[in-house]
Amino acid sequence: MAEILDRLYYGFFYLPTGIYALIVSVLVALCSALLGVTLVLRRFSFIGDGLSHVAFGAMAVAAVVGLTNQMLIAMPVTIVCAILLLKTGGKAKIKGDAAVAMISVGALAIGYLLMNLFPSSASGSISADVCTTLFGSFALVTLTSVEVWLCVVLSVLAVTVFIVFYNKIFAITFDENFAVATGTKAKVYNLITAVLIAVVIVLAMRLVGSLLISALIIFPAISAMRVFKTFKSVTICSAILSVSCTAFGVLLSVVLDTPVGPTIVGVDLIVFFVFWLVGTLKGVKLK
Amino acid sequence: MALIVSKNLSVGYDGVPIVSDINFSVERGDYLAIVGENGAGKTTVMKTVLGLNRAISGEIVFGDGLKKNEIGYLPQQTAVQKDFPASVFEVVISGCLSKTGLRPFYNKAEKRLADEMMEELGIADLKKRPYRELSGGQQQRVLLSRALLSTREILLLDEPVAGLDPLVTAEMYGIIENLNKKGTAIIMITHDLSSALKYANKILYIGSETFFGTKEEFKVSPVGRRFMITGEKENG
Repeated sequence: MAEILDRLYYGFFYLPTGIYALIVSVLVALCSALLGVTLVLRRFSFIGDGLSHVAFGAMAVAAVVGLTNQMLIAMPVTIVCAILLLKTGGKAKIKGDAAVAMISVGALAIGYLLMNLFPSSASGSISADVCTTLFGSFALVTLTSVEVWLCVVLSVLAVTVFIVFYNKIFAITFDENFAVATGTKAKVYNLITAVLIAVVIVLAMRLVGSLLISALIIFPAISAMRVFKTFKSVTICSAILSVSCTAFGVLLSVVLDTPVGPTIVGVDLIVFFVFWLVGTLKGVKLK
Repeated sequence: MALIVSKNLSVGYDGVPIVSDINFSVERGDYLAIVGENGAGKTTVMKTVLGLNRAISGEIVFGDGLKKNEIGYLPQQTAVQKDFPASVFEVVISGCLSKTGLRPFYNKAEKRLADEMMEELGIADLKKRPYRELSGGQQQRVLLSRALLSTREILLLDEPVAGLDPLVTAEMYGIIENLNKKGTAIIMITHDLSSALKYANKILYIGSETFFGTKEEFKVSPVGRRFMITGEKENG
């Protein structure tokens, strides 16, 4: 026990970067869980995966061009793609899942191709680079204070927008046609959602990497839906689950000396099974 | 002055018309049934009236003080709703959304309105129940309450009894008839011609040719006669 505490203290809390990492991961988890509920219900679970690959591709381009702050390119490109994907929704010529898959795979391929064609001089090997972008960094101690503040500001913004538009988001998610017919500007709210998703994804990439972002978006929502049955309770439960699983996952990764991203997803997965079991048992009892 | 007038309306998707030259008008107290074969474009016409779909040509005119957003709408149920986590109250009160404008949350008056509406439609005791666990008839009542919260002027119903058993179907028609008697104008899509002829006072037929007129006119029109004969064959 003492050894574990020692590890947590000296390997993590002793350094300001450790605290930073915890703050950033908790905030990102909160935002992605809130958005996750509406995304999962609207059958857009995989948009996180698709957009994170777009961000990956954009970052590769930024690296080739030689930009130091890769977010400058990654953020706008991801936002544009998010808007396009969510906007086309029902009426698109290429339907939702195919469009997401296409953009996802395309961006991933182009990103990797560019990295190979123009190896950046700064970092050592391509495979290490790719591994980091796909699965997140091994330790989160690379965050600068500017990045942390940016993350805090954007997260607060995202949560505020979500709360202010909560009822509208519910109405549009439940029945977009009815909402539009009665005068809700669904297009505006869809645009806002798209921008928020893109922002959260670019932020989350540093944390869990692009392959695992979907987990942050999907797991809390579907776990919560196993047990809870109203929109409000699902949203609240999903936020709490996401924050606690992520915080626990980060600390666990320090103790076990494992990569952060996969550790968090592992914790999410276990929690999902627990909730699934509880939900099933509840269902059996009712019958 | 009519509530809604459709003038030479042509509807379809991506600029390709499905039906053209649709003319009809709905006045206060009217009960209009839209009938026609499957795939003839009934739902598309309704969506165009609601502003969900752009008219290819022609126009929809709102009159008699009716604003474009003051329409109650009972859509066909979507696949998403079948496993959607939401309480009955959450769904019903979302009918008040157009009243909130930029205000983020519902106020007390709106919550009271929602309570009264559920009382009126006999679902007050279901308030906290999950929507997805209700029976088909109960779900339709919930969606009807939501629609009525946005307006009592006019109600558009897209196949309101689809998938309901005969008893619940009769109940649903009873509720709609009651609303109509209290002054709500009704536009209802149905493929059940006998109930259309029983409850509605006006008929809009959409198909290879279109017809609009009173129920009596429809019964003696060539289109109406043909459709009634095929309808009888199908039903027995």
